[in-house]
Amino acid sequence: MSTMAQSKTSGKWGSIQKEIRNRWQVYLMMLPAVILLLLFSYKPMYGVVIAFKNYNFRGGIWGSPWVGLKQFETLFSSYWFPIILKNTLSISLIALVLGFPFPIILALMTNEIQRSWVKKTVQTISYAPHFISTVVLCGMVILFLSPENGIINLAIEAFGGESVYFMAQPGMFKWIYVISGIWQGTGWSAIIYVAALSGVDKELLEAAEIDGATRFQKVIYINFPVLVPTIIILFILRCGNILDIGYEKVFALQNSANLNGSEVISTYVYKMGLVKSNFSFSTAAGLFNSLVNSAILLLANFISKKASQISLW
Amino acid sequence: MAQAQLLQKKNNKIRPCTQDRAFGAVVVISLAIFLLLTIYPLIFVISASFSDPKLVASGQMILLPKGFSLQGYQYVMQYEEIWLGYRNTIFYTIVGTLVNLVFTLPCAYGLSRRDVKGRNFIMTLYVITMYVGGGLIPHYLNLQSLHLINSPWVLIIPGAVSTYNLIVARTFFSNSIPWELHEAAFIDGSSDFRTFLQIVLPLSTPIIVVLTLYYGVGHWNSYFSALIYLNDRNLYPLQVFLHEILSLSNFMANAMQEGTLSPEEMAAMLEQVETANMIKYCMIVVASAPMMVLYPFLQRFFTKGVMIGAIKG
Repeated sequence: MSTMAQSKTSGKWGSIQKEIRNRWQVYLMMLPAVILLLLFSYKPMYGVVIAFKNYNFRGGIWGSPWVGLKQFETLFSSYWFPIILKNTLSISLIALVLGFPFPIILALMTNEIQRSWVKKTVQTISYAPHFISTVVLCGMVILFLSPENGIINLAIEAFGGESVYFMAQPGMFKWIYVISGIWQGTGWSAIIYVAALSGVDKELLEAAEIDGATRFQKVIYINFPVLVPTIIILFILRCGNILDIGYEKVFALQNSANLNGSEVISTYVYKMGLVKSNFSFSTAAGLFNSLVNSAILLLANFISKKASQISLW
Repeated sequence: MAQAQLLQKKNNKIRPCTQDRAFGAVVVISLAIFLLLTIYPLIFVISASFSDPKLVASGQMILLPKGFSLQGYQYVMQYEEIWLGYRNTIFYTIVGTLVNLVFTLPCAYGLSRRDVKGRNFIMTLYVITMYVGGGLIPHYLNLQSLHLINSPWVLIIPGAVSTYNLIVARTFFSNSIPWELHEAAFIDGSSDFRTFLQIVLPLSTPIIVVLTLYYGVGHWNSYFSALIYLNDRNLYPLQVFLHEILSLSNFMANAMQEGTLSPEEMAAMLEQVETANMIKYCMIVVASAPMMVLYPFLQRFFTKGVMIGAIKG
């Protein structure tokens, strides 16, 4: 029995060796990328242990003393924690609820255009904001919302209102963030739905037409259901990133006047870590962020699996 | 209504009914509004960059340039750091994108080869990194230990393979390159290297264009990595200099918050603001023009790219 098992494993090992001998060139092609993966994605993962330590430069990652959950206790009891948690959650929830439907509606409408050159022009224009950098987008937002001569305030004044310093109001920040995001992302995000709509059964549309369905009915009962699986998958993926507000854009829109409404977990992690060199504390905050993300992703996937049988895995 | 439909059928021609016409009108109007909101800020920025800053500031310039002036561009031309940034960005974009392709394409090809064992394992390793990571500080410490901080390569090597792009490329290879081609090449005695370089790559123009665009735009527009990992101003890409200038009015918010600005200082600053804004509009145009001019030509490719990615999202 044992010899059989042994011969079986050695046989397997032998086949792996043979496999590598035969396909070594393919393995060699994958090797550089895999080395980068290990070096820049997996190697840093062990550095997460400093969230449970008190990092000092002399001791490094291994030599610094363990402190257990002290960093997390400091985080949860800190002045900024409720603020950054509230801001992170509210910004991403508003972005999700308001931003998610636009690309779907745009794709359904684009799909209704008959002439192909019109369709192409609509798409070209709608993609344009995607190719603008975060820095430029935020620069434009700041210029347009400027209290002295930004066009938004000039328009408000033209209608008899009073100019508002939007960028200095913490309560405005989430709306500025979300609306500028919708402006930039809607056209690009619609591509995937437009692509999915090319899979609509043409015969079904013709049959509906013969049965006297209006265009609106066709959109609602034939086109939209085709999109549903894509919508659910994208929605779950978005849920998994619910606390992942990129620091790039928040950082570029932030100023000390709106900090109470604009500080989110990722910018806090950046400031505590790289500006104030509080490495362990910052890593703990980052780890908390990814744990919550994973939990929400698993939960969204679980609910979707129960409700619609569609899931990521 | 029923009669009308009957008539339509008799004529064997389907004419739009009132409801359909109303629906069509709603679609056209909504799309027009959407496109207007998308394109207007861009046109405004371009027009403002060519206009007399006083007319822009007083709200007289609404759509087309008023009081045509190239003064802003003259200022930008004289600003040396912009050209330094431009040069650096061109370097990061070209070299970075080449490195991206050299690492991503062979690996994606290997992962698409169904006769290669262990490819699912490697793919899983990649997918995990989409959800789990060390976080900012462990990543930073890792780069430090590899002596990459403040080196231009920090913007090129660690991000050489993006998991999303790898999946897109792998899906393209496994769906668009017929397996029979591999078998034929193998029978003819072609090595795996040769099959990849001389048979597979020439058939892969769409995916090469898509990856070049995705990676290229990413390099051109990124700024935060440079901000975090580079200290030497001579290495900064364009977006970092751009960020410094575009967020200048942010310091007003900071100053107002701290109450350190006297009314005289404020008045002096307001005078400068007009010129400063003109320079900002010009810089936005200068920095965004290359991508804006480029993407419409590649449009058909990237729609395809998203479609490929969507199949196995």
